[in-house]
Amino acid sequence: MTDTAMEAAELGKRFGRRGGWGLRHCTFRLPAGRVCAVVGPNGAGKSTLLALAAGLLAPTEGTLTVLGGEPASARARVAFVDQHKPLYPQLTVAETLRMGADLNPGRWDARTAERVVAGGDLDPGKRIRALSGGLRTRVALALALAKRPELLLLDEPMADLDPLARHELMGSLMAQAAEHGTTIVMSSHVVAELEDSCDHLLLVGGGRVRLAGEIDDLLAAHTRVSAPAGTSLAPHTVVTSRTTGRQLSAVLRPAGPLPGDWRAGAPTLEELVLSYLRNPEAPAPTELQETTA
Amino acid sequence: MVAYRIDRHSGVATYVQIVQQTKQAIRLNLLRPGDKLPTAREVVEATAINPNTVLKAYRELEREGLVEARRGLGTFVRRSLGAAPADSPLRGELDAWAVRARAAGLEREDVAALFSAVLEQHFAHHAGERAQHEQHEQHEQRDRRDQRDRRDQGGAS
Repeated sequence: MTDTAMEAAELGKRFGRRGGWGLRHCTFRLPAGRVCAVVGPNGAGKSTLLALAAGLLAPTEGTLTVLGGEPASARARVAFVDQHKPLYPQLTVAETLRMGADLNPGRWDARTAERVVAGGDLDPGKRIRALSGGLRTRVALALALAKRPELLLLDEPMADLDPLARHELMGSLMAQAAEHGTTIVMSSHVVAELEDSCDHLLLVGGGRVRLAGEIDDLLAAHTRVSAPAGTSLAPHTVVTSRTTGRQLSAVLRPAGPLPGDWRAGAPTLEELVLSYLRNPEAPAPTELQETTA
Repeated sequence: MVAYRIDRHSGVATYVQIVQQTKQAIRLNLLRPGDKLPTAREVVEATAINPNTVLKAYRELEREGLVEARRGLGTFVRRSLGAAPADSPLRGELDAWAVRARAAGLEREDVAALFSAVLEQHFAHHAGERAQHEQHEQHEQRDRRDQRDRRDQGGAS
């Protein structure tokens, strides 16, 4: 088993010969055993990145390595849950699970599949077509978890779950990570939803990777400050700044000690993400990416 | 056994909450020497927090000598904490004091403010001083240890 779950170098994907770039110049490394949040606004390239990792799309340029090889060759060890949760509508829940067992010989964990499905009070005889969106998500996650993948790719997994199911299923995902060291990559545009569960961040915006690394390191590298309006923030790298009345508030990467009369504090993950999204020109911390991403 | 309750809006780092709640349970004798802490798997399944957060908290407790990790078995409480179990004379005195405070017309907030002021005076700052410590550790070290801890924790569930 390699210590790198995913690695991208100058990865790019263009849709159609003259189409726009869904993703470009993406370079990052995700160590194995991490729970990684892929965060960004709608249309940022999150789903494209996950589909590339699942081997369902081929890169237009650059390379993407998954579990030490080509994405397509790693497929047996990777599970992917698309945001539309594609399942066969005419199959029943029980038939769907039996199909999962048949398609994953030697890997299938029937107990996990049954436990995840049972949590939703699902009738095994019911057809997929008759299920609500949330219950369909539950079946899709049951398939993905029971496959016991080394890498679990989830595109907006929690979007149509109620709060109780969301908490329970996130707990199941974390349990799998704790027990088997599974690397989990999940996208969402709701940062707060992922904050406690993830230890690694990939912030995608405008088809680029804006920020990548361990969440603790990223938070430690940034500071939220307030100072009197008009204060010069040099030589620190400013991510965003805003003046309201007499006060200047900013999120920055300190280049050295901060003046004692500034009020400084650690940003939350959500503040950090929003500050980068507010300023598309904010430079990515390159030294951080080299050491930790 | 202890069940952790994570408050996302408390402003206290999640792993610190686990450290504090474990200490509280030890202090109140809900956890005694020899008792097993829940495995990382059990904690994350119930709380949906990241497994590394639990392992980080357990390492902190281990460094303070409160718990020990036994390979393949889990994490166990090593010693009790605090000289004031629930039925000690000190508790009785505090109880009597609270009765007098109430009789003197103090509100709950007055009592809390008074108590924390005296607490501050006699027990200078303590919370969070170790919080930064782990930030300085090497990444590779952390990676290796996480993997080892996971194996241990996983085997014990």
